[in-house]
Amino acid sequence: MNVDYHALAPEIILGITVLAVLVVDLLRIPKYWTAVIGLVGLFAAFVPVLTLGFCESLDFCTEPETAQRVLFGGSFVVDTFSLVLKGLFLGATAVALLLSVGYIEEDRYWQGEFYFLMLCSALGAVVLASSRDLVTLFVALELVTGPTFLMAGWRKGDPRSNEAALKYFIIGVLSAAILLFGMSLVYGYTGELTFGGIRAATAALGDSALLTIGVILTLLGFAFKVSAVPFHFWTPDTYQGAPIPVTAYLSVVSKTAGFVGLLTLSYQAFAELRDVWGPLLWILAALSMTVGNLIAVRQDDIVRLLGYSSIAQGGFILVPFGAAVAGNVTGDQLEQAFFATVTYLLIYAVMNMGAFAVVIAGANRLKSTLIADWGGLSSYAPGLAGLLALFFASLAGIPPIAGWFAKLVMFSSVLGVDSGWATALAVIAVLNSVVAFYYYAKVIKSAWFDQVPDTIPAAELRGMGRAVAPSLQFALVLTAVGVLVLGIFPNLIADVGDVAKTVAAGF
Amino acid sequence: MTVTPGWYMALAAVLFVIGATGILVRRNALVMFMSIELMLNAVNLTFVAAGRQIGLIEGQLSVLFVMVVAAAEVTVGLAIIVAVFRRRSTASVDELAGMRG
Repeated sequence: MNVDYHALAPEIILGITVLAVLVVDLLRIPKYWTAVIGLVGLFAAFVPVLTLGFCESLDFCTEPETAQRVLFGGSFVVDTFSLVLKGLFLGATAVALLLSVGYIEEDRYWQGEFYFLMLCSALGAVVLASSRDLVTLFVALELVTGPTFLMAGWRKGDPRSNEAALKYFIIGVLSAAILLFGMSLVYGYTGELTFGGIRAATAALGDSALLTIGVILTLLGFAFKVSAVPFHFWTPDTYQGAPIPVTAYLSVVSKTAGFVGLLTLSYQAFAELRDVWGPLLWILAALSMTVGNLIAVRQDDIVRLLGYSSIAQGGFILVPFGAAVAGNVTGDQLEQAFFATVTYLLIYAVMNMGAFAVVIAGANRLKSTLIADWGGLSSYAPGLAGLLALFFASLAGIPPIAGWFAKLVMFSSVLGVDSGWATALAVIAVLNSVVAFYYYAKVIKSAWFDQVPDTIPAAELRGMGRAVAPSLQFALVLTAVGVLVLGIFPNLIADVGDVAKTVAAGF
Repeated sequence: MTVTPGWYMALAAVLFVIGATGILVRRNALVMFMSIELMLNAVNLTFVAAGRQIGLIEGQLSVLFVMVVAAAEVTVGLAIIVAVFRRRSTASVDELAGMRG
C-alpha cells in the first residue's frame, strides 16, 4: 500500500515524541527533560503542518492531484481545515505544557507520566482533526479524553481532585456510550462508516425515525464533550477540582476536539439532515449561553467562574450552527457559519489559555482562587493585574483585544440568515454578551479598585514577579501578544479561518 | 419463527435502556461503571446485528475497536475508583459532593 508519509508526518512525529518521553523518564536525568522533549516534539510536529499548508510554494513537496490528501480509503483526510485545527491543537498543548511545568514540579507530582498522558491526548486531537469516518473519529476522541481522566485526578491525595476525576470519568464514558449507540444506528440505517458514504446514503435513502434518533444521539454524545447545557453538570466540579493546568487543557484542547467532531459530522456526514441538527444545536446554543452566564454571575471562585464562562463561550461557539435552523439558508451562509465557528475556536483557544495562565500565576502567589482574595491585586502585582484585565476583557469581547472579532463573526453568521429563528438566536447572544461583560468586569474591578483584604500579606507579596516560573512567564507573554495582535489585525485570523471553510463547501 | 437481526437490535435497545437506568438509579461508582459497560455491549450488539443485516464486514470490525477502547477505559476507571476508595473507604458518589454551586 502506498502511504503518503508527508500527510501523516505530524502524527508520526508526535507518536515518536510520546515514546521518547516515556524512555527519557526512565533515565537517571532530571525529570524536567521530559517536558523539554515534549515541547520540542510539539514544535517538530508543527513543521510538517506548515509544509503541508504551503505545499505549492515548496520545491520538495509533491502536490496531490486533488485539493486534499485522502488516505486509508477516505478515513483520514488532510485538508486545509484539518491543518488549521492541527496547528491549534499543537499550539494549545504547547502552552498547556508550559503552564504545567512549574505547577507539577513544585508539588512533586509524577512528571514524566503527566507529559506522556498530555501528549497522548494531543495525538488523539491531531488525528481527530483528520478523521473522516465514524470509527476513526471515535478512537481519536477516546484518545483525547482517556488520558485526561487521569490528568484530572493527578493530585491523588486531594479529595477534590479525586472527585473531579471520578465525575469526569463517569460522564465521559457515558457520553462515549451514547455517541456510539447513535453511530451504530446511523451505520445500521446507511450501511456506511465514512462521512462521504453516509452523506450519499442519506441523500438516496431519505429520512427515517431510526436515522433521526441515531443522529441526535451522536450529536448529544458530543454535547457532553463540549459541555453544552443541559449536559454541562460535570464541568464546574471537574474544572475546579482538577489541577489548574489540566483545567486549561480541558477547556481548550478537549473542548475544541468536541467542536471539531461536531463540525465534521454535521457539515459533512449529516449535511443532508440539516433540519435535524439545526434546531437541536440552536437549542443547545441558547441554553448554554443563558445558563452558563447566569450561573457564572454568582461564582466567588475564579476557577469555577472560568468553568461556567467556558460553558457560556461554548454556547457562543455553537451559535453559528444555529444558522442552519432556517430552511432557506444558502451554501454561502453555511460556509460563513463554518468560518465563524472555526475563527471563534482559534481566538477562544488563545484568550482562554491566557486567562488560565494568569489564574495559575495568581494562585501560586496568593494560595487562593477566591475572587475576594484577589482584591487590590494591582497595588502589589500591577503586571499580573494588567494581564488579568487584558484576558478577561478579551473574553468579554472588548475591542481592540481579540475577543471582539470572534463575537463579530459569530453575530454576522446568524444575522446574515433571513429567518426569525436565526435572528432570535442573535438577540439571545447579544443579551448574554451583556451578562458576560458584567461578571468579567467584576473580576477586573476587584483586582484594580478593591482594597487588599486583611488576610493577604500584600507587603510580602510585592515584587514577587520574578518568582513566576520562566515557562509560565513565556506562556503569559505568548498568549498576551497573541490576543493583542489578533485583536488589532483580525484579518490574520480571518485568513486562516477562510482557508478552513473548504470542508463546508459543496452544499 | 426465525430470529432476524431486527430482534437483536431490539434486544440491544433494551440493554441500552437498562444500562442508562442503572446510571441514573444506582449510586455506587462501581455499579454505575458496570451499567456503562452494559450500554457499550448494547452498542456492540447493534453493530454486529446491523453488519449482518447489511451483509458488510465493517459492523463486526467496529466492535473490535469498541471493545479495545472499552478495555482501556476499564483500566483508567478502576484506577480512579481505587484512588477514591483509598481516601474515603467508599465508592458511593453521593458522598463525593465536596464542590457545589
